[in-house]
Parts: sequence; C-alpha cells; structure tokens
Amino acid sequence: MAVCIAVIAKENYPLYIRSLPTQNELKFHYTVHTSLDVVEEKISAVGKSVGDQRELYLGLLYPTEDYKVYGYVTNSKVKFVIVVDSSNTSLRDNEIRSMFRKLHNSFTDVMCNPFHNPGDTIQSKTFDGIVSGMMVPPG
Amino acid sequence: MADEAPFQFLHNEVLQYIYKSAENGETDNGRNIAKLENMGFRVGQGLMERLTKDTARFKDELDIMKFVCKDFWTCVFKKQIDNLRTNHQGIYVLQDNKFRLLSQLSAGKQYLEQAPKYLAFTCGLVRGALSNLGVKSIVTAEVSVMPACVSDHKMIRKIFS
Repeated sequence: MAVCIAVIAKENYPLYIRSLPTQNELKFHYTVHTSLDVVEEKISAVGKSVGDQRELYLGLLYPTEDYKVYGYVTNSKVKFVIVVDSSNTSLRDNEIRSMFRKLHNSFTDVMCNPFHNPGDTIQSKTFDGIVSGMMVPPG
Repeated sequence: MADEAPFQFLHNEVLQYIYKSAENGETDNGRNIAKLENMGFRVGQGLMERLTKDTARFKDELDIMKFVCKDFWTCVFKKQIDNLRTNHQGIYVLQDNKFRLLSQLSAGKQYLEQAPKYLAFTCGLVRGALSNLGVKSIVTAEVSVMPACVSDHKMIRKIFS
C-alpha cells in the first residue's frame, strides 16, 4: 500500500500527485522531486548491462529513514514514482511491479482519451479510483 | 481483416468532411491539410502510448524507427514498411509500396494531385508517435504512382532537429 503516488511528465513537471491527506504533503512533493535525479541517473546509465537498460521498472530508487521510493519510466519518458512506508516490510518487489503495471495501464487509458491533452494534469476519475485503490486507506 | 475497411472508410469520410466544411469559396488546402495532420498527431500520441506499454525501452533512434516500421505500421495498416533507408544523420526514408489508404484510388496519373490529402493524416500519425517517444521530427510524404502497376509508392522523409 503506497503512501504517495506521483506521475511526472517528460519535461519533469508533475501531471498527478496524490498523497495521504493526513500527512504533510509538501514533504512528499519534495521527496518525489529529489527522486527525479535518481531516475535520470538510472535512465542514462551508460556502461550498464543491456538487460538493465531495457526494463521499464527501475526498482528501489533510494530508501530514507521513513520511506522507500520506487520508480518506473515509460517509453514516452513519463515517470511514475511510488513512495511506501518503510515499516511496511511485507510489500514484495512483485507487488510493487504489479502496482506500476496497473498505473501504466490506467495512464495509457488517460492518454487515449480524446478529451485529454497530453501535458495537462490528469483529471480522470477512473485514474483517481485506481490510485485510491493502491493508497493506504485513510484513518 | 474486417477492421481495416472501417478505418479506411472513416478516414475518407473525415477527409471529405474537412474539405466540405472549409470556408465557402476558400479552398485553403494548407489549412485543411494542417487540420488533418494535427488529428493524426493526437491519434499517434495515444496509439504509441498503448503500443509501447509492454515493450522494452528503446536504445536509440534507429531502434525507434524500426519499431515504427514494424509494430506501429502493422498495427495501423496490417503490414510492415517495405523499405527503410537512412543517411545516419537524422534523415529516414520509409517506403510503402502498397499504401492502404491509397490502394482504392486508381493507379494511373488521374488522381496524383489529390493524393497528398490522403497522406496528411498518416504524416501526423507518425509525427505524433515519434514526438511521444521524445523524437522531434518533420514528416513529409511523397507519392509517385507507377503507371502500369498496382502498387503505390509512398516515401516519408524525416528530418530530426
């Protein structure tokens, strides 16, 4: 269960950020912003084995004392960032991967929506629903 | 094969609609072509997003062009590009010998001037697909119809900025 989910466009501005309302949202915005550097580094890693470069899932970006940040980049250079609670150790890699897959599918649906302009913030209710399903339930 | 025909018919109707609804007396070819191209652009972006959902990340431009030639063209036109040429300096020429959207027009010289209208949407499609992958490009298309044979030649030249 995620604590914060963010979708960042190719030009590195946020298309969608959602975090738990009980917490300090600015902190998460900052965490996501700093994780972008790590994402860039992973994407442009030269000299890594070919296998790593071809994957969309970037894995654990960096752990902080409270949270772990995972990243995923699409072929259109849109980045997904998921922040999970460090204390939640039962979340396995596969589950994170499947969360990203669901996000990617939902994002593709948003992109194909003719009423959505690429580059605008994501307003879709369906997307909101998918994200809510992945976040820790409030309260 | 059934889903090829609806797309062709729809495309032709869209073309007719745009030209009919242009301002009276103003056969502003440029504007209509631009409208078609922009439609294609948006469709290309969405289509590319869907198609690349499961593929691995692309290594370089050539990889992207090959993807366009094979998977993308197959998805839209049910066939692959027949010939891809490049000068390795950013110009790629894609050749399709039997372009679906033109195959219904007669093979002689009769409709040669009308042919560019049919290419505008596809140019936009390719441009949108490429821009979604982060490649800025200019896509142009040419038709030179062979008089005696059925195939239509379509060449797209891309200039990367």
